[in-house]
Amino acid sequence: MIEFNNVAYGYGGQDLLTEISLSLAPGSFHFLTGPSGAGKTTFLKLCYCELQATAGRVHLLGKDTRNIARDDVAALRRDIGVVHQDCKFLDHLSVAENVALPLLVAGKPRDETNLNELLSWVGLSERADALPAELSGGERQRAALARAVIMSPEVIIADEPTGNVDWEMSLRLLQLLVELNKMGKTVIIATHDMHLIRQAKSQVQARVLRIANRRIQQAGVDL
Amino acid sequence: MSFILPFLKIDKTVQDRIVPPSGFTAQLTVLTSAAMAFLAVFALTLSLATGRLADRWAGELAQSSTVRISAPIEQVEAQTKAALAVLETTPGVREARALGADEQRALLEPWFGPTLPLDSLPLPVLIDVKETAEGYDSESLRLRLAGEAPGAVLDDHTRWRKPLITAASRLRLLGVVSLVLIGGVTAAMITLAANAALAANGQVIRVLRLVGAKDGYIASAFVRQFTFRGFSGALFGAFFGTVAIALLPDAQTTGGFLTGLGFQGYEWFWPFVIPPFAAFVAFGATRFAAKQTLKRLM
Repeated sequence: MIEFNNVAYGYGGQDLLTEISLSLAPGSFHFLTGPSGAGKTTFLKLCYCELQATAGRVHLLGKDTRNIARDDVAALRRDIGVVHQDCKFLDHLSVAENVALPLLVAGKPRDETNLNELLSWVGLSERADALPAELSGGERQRAALARAVIMSPEVIIADEPTGNVDWEMSLRLLQLLVELNKMGKTVIIATHDMHLIRQAKSQVQARVLRIANRRIQQAGVDL
Repeated sequence: MSFILPFLKIDKTVQDRIVPPSGFTAQLTVLTSAAMAFLAVFALTLSLATGRLADRWAGELAQSSTVRISAPIEQVEAQTKAALAVLETTPGVREARALGADEQRALLEPWFGPTLPLDSLPLPVLIDVKETAEGYDSESLRLRLAGEAPGAVLDDHTRWRKPLITAASRLRLLGVVSLVLIGGVTAAMITLAANAALAANGQVIRVLRLVGAKDGYIASAFVRQFTFRGFSGALFGAFFGTVAIALLPDAQTTGGFLTGLGFQGYEWFWPFVIPPFAAFVAFGATRFAAKQTLKRLM
């Protein structure tokens, strides 16, 4: 599904990540943890081709990303749903339009029934016509999750999805991600919230990857 | 041209609202396109009018010339006959005819009025010469006339016709150059406006890339906007330019060049070419700017 072979990423002559080798199996659930600035977001960006490895090989869904064409990157991102920490919405479009955006750019028809079901699943049926600026932090994260899964991707990546929401909303988001994993999706969540990771352990078999000293250490199921 | 059609789809779906309209660049593009189309109509008029003028001068004055007999009164008739005899036997001369008094009066009337006493003036006799398609050898004709009728002077109009035709042709070229410059400036202005819009919508472009939009899709969102703006602006400009041309005084025989500025017959079709051309320029300029910008993003 996702393979890193001795991957390094550097910027301005300095390595931010180095000697990263790992394989994420289909249907697996991973937490990526580590202190702020350790490189969690950089690692995730390598997972959806927003950054290119400066050394080593990254294979995403069977594709070598070293010399990948720009249109192939776009096609790849339709199979990898991403929930960004700052959500990244088009502020002039409604919540429903933002959620359906991946369908639009892929040239797929927008099925209103499916869209409503999806919005209902994340608890935003009543907020479909609202603008992103009118949503609370938790609502924004749930809308971003709905957008990430609307194309039914194989992999779902969430970068600090609970960073700006209260504990109750964190659990709600976690529950949604666990449900997706039970549907067979590969889930990667970057977080430094140990309570959330412990909570997840009771619901799903999760592997924890810890970034420290520019390298990834596998912390195993138990913390 | 079929590859342009997807970019020109005009409907108010989400697809058309992906790029938020930015007031300043939108107005700038429409205004630039309108002003350039207005100027293009005038450049087109100038080019067409000078083209007509050059053709007319070339057509009217080619294959005709004049022999002027300036001799003492008692020799005028003899030299006229001699000159006519020479002309009749000259290869390339189709017809040679001495102008009568009435014809000479008509020629001079615009300058001296209808009461000109021709009999009291020592006017030269004028012989109107029509050439065949092949024309005659003017140098050998001059030599023969000098021998048979020393007072005959051949004026084949070349001396002053050529500079006039050259001037008219250069004016036509100036019109064409102006059109090219107008097209270039339009392209440059729309490229700048498109670049400004692309820079202002950097976040929109990043989000679209992150949700899986291909470069062609993102570029087309901007291209559609700017093509439509270029077209609509040019439509206004061309319309008002054409109205302004239509309001110019009519072309008259005695009115000279300035009253001939305007379109004639099928030429009224030409201003309608300007809006699609402006749309094409906007399409190309925006597509170029979008591709350059998108290349810099992963």
